[in-house]
Amino acid sequence: MKVLMFGWEFPPHISGGLGTACYGLSNSLSQQGIQLLFVVPRAYGDEELSLINASEILISESDKSIVPVVTSNLEQTGMQLISIYSGLKPYCSLSDKYDAFAIEQWSYEIPVENSVDCNPERRKATKYKFTGSYGPNLLEEVARYSEVAGALAKQHSFDVIHAHDWLTYQAGIAAKAASRKPLIVHVHATEIDRAATVDKRVFAIECEGFEKADRIIAVSNWTKRILISNYHIPEKKVLVVHNGMTAKRLAPSIKPTRISNQIVTFLGRITYQKGPHYFIDAARKVLSRFPNVHFVVAGSGDLLPAMIERVAQLHLSSRIHFTGFLKTNEVEHIWTISDLYVMPSVSEPFGIAPLEAIQSGVPVIISKQSGVAEVMPHAIQLDFWNVNSLANAICSVPRYKSLAKTLRKKVENHLNILPGM
Amino acid sequence: MKLLTKIKQKCYLNVYFQVHQPRRLRPLGFFDIGSEEANFDDALNRNIIRKVAKKCYQPVNLMLLRLLHQHPNLRITFSISGVALEQLEKYCPAVLESFRMLAATNSVEFLGETYYHSLCSLTDQHEFKYQVNKHTEAMERLLGVRPAVFRNTELIYSDRVAQMIHQLGFKGTYIDGIEKILDQKSPNSLYKPPHASDFKLFLRNYRLSDDVAFRFSDKTWEEYPLTAKKYVSWLEQQKPSDGNLINLGMDYETFGEHQKKGTGVLQFLEDFLTTVASKKSIKMINPTETIRRLRAKEQISVPTHISWADCERDLSAWLGNDMQRDAFDSVHKLKREVMDLKDDSLISIWRYLQTSDHFYYMSTKKGDDGNIHHYFSPYPSPYEAFMNYMNVLSNLEYKISLTRKSLQKKDAQTRERIIDRSNNN
Repeated sequence: MKVLMFGWEFPPHISGGLGTACYGLSNSLSQQGIQLLFVVPRAYGDEELSLINASEILISESDKSIVPVVTSNLEQTGMQLISIYSGLKPYCSLSDKYDAFAIEQWSYEIPVENSVDCNPERRKATKYKFTGSYGPNLLEEVARYSEVAGALAKQHSFDVIHAHDWLTYQAGIAAKAASRKPLIVHVHATEIDRAATVDKRVFAIECEGFEKADRIIAVSNWTKRILISNYHIPEKKVLVVHNGMTAKRLAPSIKPTRISNQIVTFLGRITYQKGPHYFIDAARKVLSRFPNVHFVVAGSGDLLPAMIERVAQLHLSSRIHFTGFLKTNEVEHIWTISDLYVMPSVSEPFGIAPLEAIQSGVPVIISKQSGVAEVMPHAIQLDFWNVNSLANAICSVPRYKSLAKTLRKKVENHLNILPGM
Repeated sequence: MKLLTKIKQKCYLNVYFQVHQPRRLRPLGFFDIGSEEANFDDALNRNIIRKVAKKCYQPVNLMLLRLLHQHPNLRITFSISGVALEQLEKYCPAVLESFRMLAATNSVEFLGETYYHSLCSLTDQHEFKYQVNKHTEAMERLLGVRPAVFRNTELIYSDRVAQMIHQLGFKGTYIDGIEKILDQKSPNSLYKPPHASDFKLFLRNYRLSDDVAFRFSDKTWEEYPLTAKKYVSWLEQQKPSDGNLINLGMDYETFGEHQKKGTGVLQFLEDFLTTVASKKSIKMINPTETIRRLRAKEQISVPTHISWADCERDLSAWLGNDMQRDAFDSVHKLKREVMDLKDDSLISIWRYLQTSDHFYYMSTKKGDDGNIHHYFSPYPSPYEAFMNYMNVLSNLEYKISLTRKSLQKKDAQTRERIIDRSNNN
């Protein structure tokens, strides 16, 4: 069995939720003896150079637009990573002086490593950290990716096509047209989750992908319901496969200082979808009763400036801390300093972070509007808009250590029986 | 003809230069809070002051020494912040030496200000007194002069600030000569505040000052290029009926740093001073001598704070948005806690965090003012400036709590020992 798989990012270079999920999935498939041709558009940012250097570059004669075909060291596991030059540059730095004010809609859950460079001397080179922009040519790039995909499909033989999220649906469709092999589209997120206002062009691409697909995989029932109600997809076409996660890596050797023994954490993109304002509103309520609890808002995104200003307006900046973009190792640090993790997402297709928190021994409060809630029946689950009960829950967890312990145990026990865990 | 020469009376001219470099913070990430890492980026600070020294302080000081030697009638006034002084002492001793030589000419006067270039005149009279006295001590120790006239951080001023400065023994202070306080009066005159007639106000003529500080190298300016001859003629054209004291004030870094040598700004300064030295109609003067020679006829009342910054000329450059106000209040809230511990190194960090520049970097103003904020800021955006400042402040707060705990522990142990001893007896 050989799968032609289309992704948009792949760790370690871009380590967003999508990239991590693709990595986990391809690893598991390889272990089961399934061969993979994994295609990613390769950005020409600095961070991508290491990928070429570590790889063997082949120039395709038939199609000049496919510049390097990279065979990565993943080949040992029966997997081939193919990358294609695209004009796309994640986290592109805007030349505008005021890029601080021109923050784009799209940004990944966990940011790329080298974008959190605080060294002022190097700052000139890496511009603004909040920018999660995928550049102005995103749709053009998506279309170009599909052209290349059609060419690739003719050059390789495989049994099935698997495309991850809307960025790759057109590529999947083109490959299907060229090869007449079945197409599976994998829905990690929909436009409905991502933005307060839906981009019609993206929505149209999604609709086409769902329609042309032979089968749709959704990461949760939450997402499946969105597919049925917002995209009018027949229920039997959608199969739910919850995300899994790989075993926990060793705890980081350098442990940051805990500035308080009561630290409540938000981790994720600071965007509408993730509900950061509900976190801040709840924090304010908690602080009015327990002024020495510390809150951490970790991550970056288009709402970061607004959230910083909101906290400053409330005069709570010495208790609600912002980290800005997190480097990869800092994501791990987050768990070692947290006493409680809160995910107040407005709409979360899955949400892997609560599982990571639990693995690291941090109790969690999650919104009911998340896919991960389906696999964590013992976690505290609240409606994202219910700031009062969120504040009450936050107050009760640090106060009752035994409750925290029980929460953790129950969730851990449940997770152990999850398939793929 | 006779009438004209009669009207053309002598005009006094004072020029003062502001020298300041903040002690910039280290980029301190959230996860560095509580670590043993330094709070200040002293490598960056060293590099910046050495760069500015090479482009401005050193060459312009030497030029002034030469000109003062050639033309004994020239006068220059300086205001050097304490944080700049200590960095010069550490990283640019030759520059400090040249300031000492300037002080020794007796043609150069130095002004008083807060050591930390802080905003404490707004909130805390005791802290203000401490920081002003610390600055005076530094001036005496490093330059051998004792300032008699004051210049508050960024010309922040109000009637209340005047009282505080007066109480500390200063004879006068510089303020910005803006329309909203002048009420049709001319800036070219010596004034006094409502509360005291033995305290004088030197009003900076901001138009003439900004012609050099901001417009000199602006090629779109209709007066470009500005020559010394043209500029001196403007000084002469100031209406004599308006008064006869012109105060010019600008960043010293205007000459060679904000405006590079290639713009001709250094040559302009030399030509300007040489031309003025040769003019009988203009006499250069320093503030202490001004107070001796001129009388302040009129009062100027400033009930709410003004400054020389941004179009608004108020406090909005530092306290204009929520981030700035929260950061400012947060550092001031720590006062009692940090003072109670009597730990000199923590108190010192707390004071460096009061330097106005930290708040200036957090401004979210746009347009021309925003560009100037951006020019001075070592951060890519006001939000990063704010996040970093709050991290450093949290770091201090954490250190305070650690020190307090260890002191409490010591106290408890001592108490136990005393009880033990008395029990044994």
